[in-house]
Amino acid sequence: MTWSEMQPLLEQGTIDTLYMVLWSTVVTVLGGLPLGILLVLTDKGGLLQNRPLNKVVGVIVNIGRSLPFIILLIALIPFTTLVVGTFIGPTAMIVPLAVGAIPFFARLVETAVREVDHGLVEAVQSMGGSIPTIIRKVLLPQALPSLVSGVTTTVIVLIGYSAMAGAVGGEGLGSKAITYGYQRFDTQFMLITVVVLIAIVTVVQLIGDLAVRLLARRGRTA
Amino acid sequence: MITTTGLTKVYESRGRQVTALDGVDLHVREGEVFGVIGQSGAGKSSLIRCVNLLERPTSGTVTVDGVDLTALAGRGRRAGKDLRRARSSIGMVFQHFNLLSSRTVEDNIELPLEILGVSGAERSRRALELLDLVGLADKAKAYPGQLSGGQKQRVGIARALAGNPKVLLSDEATSALDPETTRSILQLLRDLNRQLGLTVLLITHEMDVVKTICDSAALMRKGRIVESGTVSELLATPGSELAAELFPVTGDATGPDRTVVDVTFHGEAATQPVISQLSRTYNVDISILGAAMDTVGGRQIGRMRIELPGRYEENVVPVGFLREQGLQVEIVEADATVPAQAAQSPVLAKEGAK
Repeated sequence: MTWSEMQPLLEQGTIDTLYMVLWSTVVTVLGGLPLGILLVLTDKGGLLQNRPLNKVVGVIVNIGRSLPFIILLIALIPFTTLVVGTFIGPTAMIVPLAVGAIPFFARLVETAVREVDHGLVEAVQSMGGSIPTIIRKVLLPQALPSLVSGVTTTVIVLIGYSAMAGAVGGEGLGSKAITYGYQRFDTQFMLITVVVLIAIVTVVQLIGDLAVRLLARRGRTA
Repeated sequence: MITTTGLTKVYESRGRQVTALDGVDLHVREGEVFGVIGQSGAGKSSLIRCVNLLERPTSGTVTVDGVDLTALAGRGRRAGKDLRRARSSIGMVFQHFNLLSSRTVEDNIELPLEILGVSGAERSRRALELLDLVGLADKAKAYPGQLSGGQKQRVGIARALAGNPKVLLSDEATSALDPETTRSILQLLRDLNRQLGLTVLLITHEMDVVKTICDSAALMRKGRIVESGTVSELLATPGSELAAELFPVTGDATGPDRTVVDVTFHGEAATQPVISQLSRTYNVDISILGAAMDTVGGRQIGRMRIELPGRYEENVVPVGFLREQGLQVEIVEADATVPAQAAQSPVLAKEGAK
């Protein structure tokens, strides 16, 4: 393949990858954040202590995390078709990507929120703060640097998953690498897609780290 | 202002029961600074956290400003609306300040006002006013991480006062601070107590804190209140441990044939120069072996250990004179450091500890 042949493929692949990753990240955060907070609040000694609920949610999250993504991808085909109307294409891929990443992100949220000093929660309780107030004004703002760092990690995992999704009818760089690089034995094209993926991951990590540094700097030192 | 009756708190951990509070009856009057002192594990922390129900008492009641908080709390773990409203009129300051590192000083002080639903402009006005009150007007935009310990606690105090509380709870507020900063924070609490008529309940393990600002004090041990009363009531109580700790006197007789007497000053007699009167009236030489005097609540109170020449039998008349002056007198036995309980009128003011 010449460069002029590769260029449109790479461009389309990158756009599709970014599209899938962006929207699945949005869905993952919307789904994983409440789940992670729920895991902390319902745990022993939590504000909404509820051991049975905590166990059930914990087990579901663990199952979600242990399933290999490729299996999940196929197993979810009926569900994806139900939600999106098709199981092929970048939009359809958002469903399995989010379902796969929500349990992972929920555990990261759980860890981040658990690290918030309990004294701060008590201080707000002593002011008459309700549980929603505590979540909104204490847990989330205080855990923000760790949460942002968790989102970064999740985005990178989703980039990896999205490449895998290429094998099951998704679009994106992964799909292009499989179709043109692997199946047509075009090693050069394969290498270039890998380099583009590495570049995307690096940029995401850099932005994430920068955001964490800026957020963390507020509180700590002058 | 704050009354607890039969307050009990039992913690359960791995099947074992630990009694942190064992029937505590506490009464804090309006406008006073009340100190609860005790060693760690005595239950002070559980006590103060039960007052605003951060900790649910196992049994007993807590009444603050006429409102029975234990009745408001209900049975669930979650704090209902009524309890939350009641809490917002009880300020609390903490040993480790508990400021939100993600918010500026001003925003930290505004937090309780946000919870109360105060509008933005009003919140900001009130926060700056409070910062001025605690002497940190220039730190509004700083983050807690940029402040010293003492400054952080000032912010903590300003935040606790934001909702115009009548009661301030202080949970070891000075225990993480150096002695000089401790003094300045205590001074601030004292000023606020006077200026705003704020009732302060504080817990501490430092006797100096009680000495510096408390009108009343209670001694806690193993979940019970062992002694309690105003500082002069405690001083008037023979054998009071708190009085002995607050006003320690030491010193041994300089030789045989001496009478050592502990004299406690409280009330009116403290204004009279009794020692020199005694000396002049009976023509005796008096040595002062040790003294711990203080001005508490504008009155001089304290204890003094003096030595009179001759055995006790020879000094019955001078000792009688001291008693006539309204002073409390205890004869210290030559070999014993424990003061002998000579005939006294035991005006006990023991509350609590059933």
